[in-house]
Amino acid sequence: MKISLKKKILDKNEECSLQNSAFFADNNTFCVNVISSPGSGKTTILSRTIGDLKDRLKIGVIEGDIRTDTDAKKIRSTGAAAVQIETKGACHLSAEQVTGALGAIGAADLDIVFVENVGNLVCPSAFDLGEQARTVVLSLPEGDDKPIKYPGTFAGADVLLINKMDLADVVDFDLDRVINHISTLKPDIQIFQVSAKTGEGMDAWYDWLMKRADANQPKED
Amino acid sequence: MHETMIAQSIVEAISKEAAKYDAKPIAARSSCGQLNPINDEVLNFAFEIVAKDSVCRGMTLEIVHIPLKGKCKNCGETFDFDIYSPGCPACKSNEFSIEPDAELLLEEIEFEDK
Repeated sequence: MKISLKKKILDKNEECSLQNSAFFADNNTFCVNVISSPGSGKTTILSRTIGDLKDRLKIGVIEGDIRTDTDAKKIRSTGAAAVQIETKGACHLSAEQVTGALGAIGAADLDIVFVENVGNLVCPSAFDLGEQARTVVLSLPEGDDKPIKYPGTFAGADVLLINKMDLADVVDFDLDRVINHISTLKPDIQIFQVSAKTGEGMDAWYDWLMKRADANQPKED
Repeated sequence: MHETMIAQSIVEAISKEAAKYDAKPIAARSSCGQLNPINDEVLNFAFEIVAKDSVCRGMTLEIVHIPLKGKCKNCGETFDFDIYSPGCPACKSNEFSIEPDAELLLEEIEFEDK
């Protein structure tokens, strides 16, 4: 006997992700899922963003790493709330893990929750966390071939942060190649060229964030 | 590596159906797109291990990869996107859009005849 099912395999993750997205909508919290390979500068970008926007937005971070709470400590040193999820080997965060961290971080009272995913350009893209926007970070030393080699991750992004622009003179990185590949995979993606180290280009990213966080607030009558 | 979690979800779903029909599952077919790729060997390996302690023990799992569709902005042709030669195969234009990727689905389960 054969039965036809056509059932979504990751429906459990989807259920939790819908719950999360309802939570964010109810509390006017803007959630951004940040994905990249290890070492692209996600934590440095977030630390700088928190520091520069401290007076304007309440920001918290859910950190995903295989081991240690190094990143959560770094974020807490900026004064922002951070919760560390140690996946102990798992290569991505699931929506359920994010649900569990929302209370601990006080997400209901925040303007923005960043979820810094486990450093990995493959697996995290398959797991929707209920976020309203997905940001992928690509740093210059990784090379300009990443979008075409990891199309799933880049095609699912709303924002591409090209980081470590301060190294543009010392690494071979063809920006046009990246933009060309990306515009095929995701024509309406927002691209910001930044250096989280020097602060170069960060203002455009902040403008985008504030606009989106603002649009998330309830409209006044 | 996310294949382990996928294998767990598949085993859970099949076990539920097996209980419903009170039958022993012997084969299943799942499908996925190109942007959310599955490595067949890794998934089968994970499936075998996860299935061991369930009603799914010893069953086979087939994985079908559904091509990603591109649509040419120049001539309107719909084609299977080929990452090695991206572009419209009909008019060779590089101006095209990509259609939504196929979802990860458990398509079909086959049970032992009673």
